[in-house]
Amino acid sequence: MTYVDGNVLAGPLAEVFGVDFTAVTGTCASCGFAAALATLRVYSTAPGFVARCPSCEEVVLRLVRTPTEAWVDLRGARSLRVPLT
Amino acid sequence: MARTAVPGRLTWRVATLTKVADETPTARTLTFDVPGWPGHLPGQHVDVRLTAEDGYSTQRSYSIAEPADGEHVVLTIQEVADGEVSPYLTRALPVGGQVELRGPVGGWFVWRDAEPAPVLLVAGGSGIVPLAAMLRARAAAGSRVPLRLLYSVRSPAERFYADELRGAATGGVDITYFYTREAPPDDPRGAKRIGLADLNTHAWPADFEPSCFVCGPTGFVETVADTLIALGHDPRRVRTERFGPSG
Repeated sequence: MTYVDGNVLAGPLAEVFGVDFTAVTGTCASCGFAAALATLRVYSTAPGFVARCPSCEEVVLRLVRTPTEAWVDLRGARSLRVPLT
Repeated sequence: MARTAVPGRLTWRVATLTKVADETPTARTLTFDVPGWPGHLPGQHVDVRLTAEDGYSTQRSYSIAEPADGEHVVLTIQEVADGEVSPYLTRALPVGGQVELRGPVGGWFVWRDAEPAPVLLVAGGSGIVPLAAMLRARAAAGSRVPLRLLYSVRSPAERFYADELRGAATGGVDITYFYTREAPPDDPRGAKRIGLADLNTHAWPADFEPSCFVCGPTGFVETVADTLIALGHDPRRVRTERFGPSG
């Protein structure tokens, strides 16, 4: 199955959080690999987005949108390091 | 930082098509007028949403092709033959027609003209679009940073911005084409996929510590990024943007 990268999450995540998340450094809860969320492997043919670690391929983030709400599942991320400047 | 360009929550804006130009038989450059557009950085993209009369709605992401210029947003869109959105945008939408657009989005795959490092751009097919925005932004800012563009494309007829790029290859800018299906008769390289020898010969050496931007289809981006890292480039300086087959 083909994937794109986390850049495609820029719009959907900005819609939820109001800031850019692609430059946020996420640490994979499974393997500890840390990189910009833009580098995640994103599978978007599911009903929503499933973003996997480029190193170990475990799920880091899931995002599903309903007409009125967005569900963000971040259980695969140990931490998020957010640039403030 | 996109933070400053996206105050508060991202919202949809109405965009009016003001100009259309052909790039190739299947790709067109569309200029939209977007009232209230906050500006953008080269490499950022927008989401475009179409809504049918019955309420069905679908959206796609497109890279912005030109640096910020008031309320203009310029997209170059490659038509995907059986796509849902791109054929409408490239063929059916008339000048004066409207779509919904939101952005700019993406704060990672961007180039800032204050960065002093040499720049390496590697484009596969329509992956040229955000890289062209960087090249144009460099010129617009009067930046002197050395820039190399490596542009992999199926055939000469499929090049985007061909005339402009011919003129842009001066004053610190090098542009090299790599043809994958059909090369001009005088091209000794012939037609083949971009590979280690191409990147070793034409990319900046890793010692120069260039900022690398690679954009294209997923397979192309994987190959080029892996090869650059194998050639010694720091993975943190190799930024990638892949696009999938959805049209």
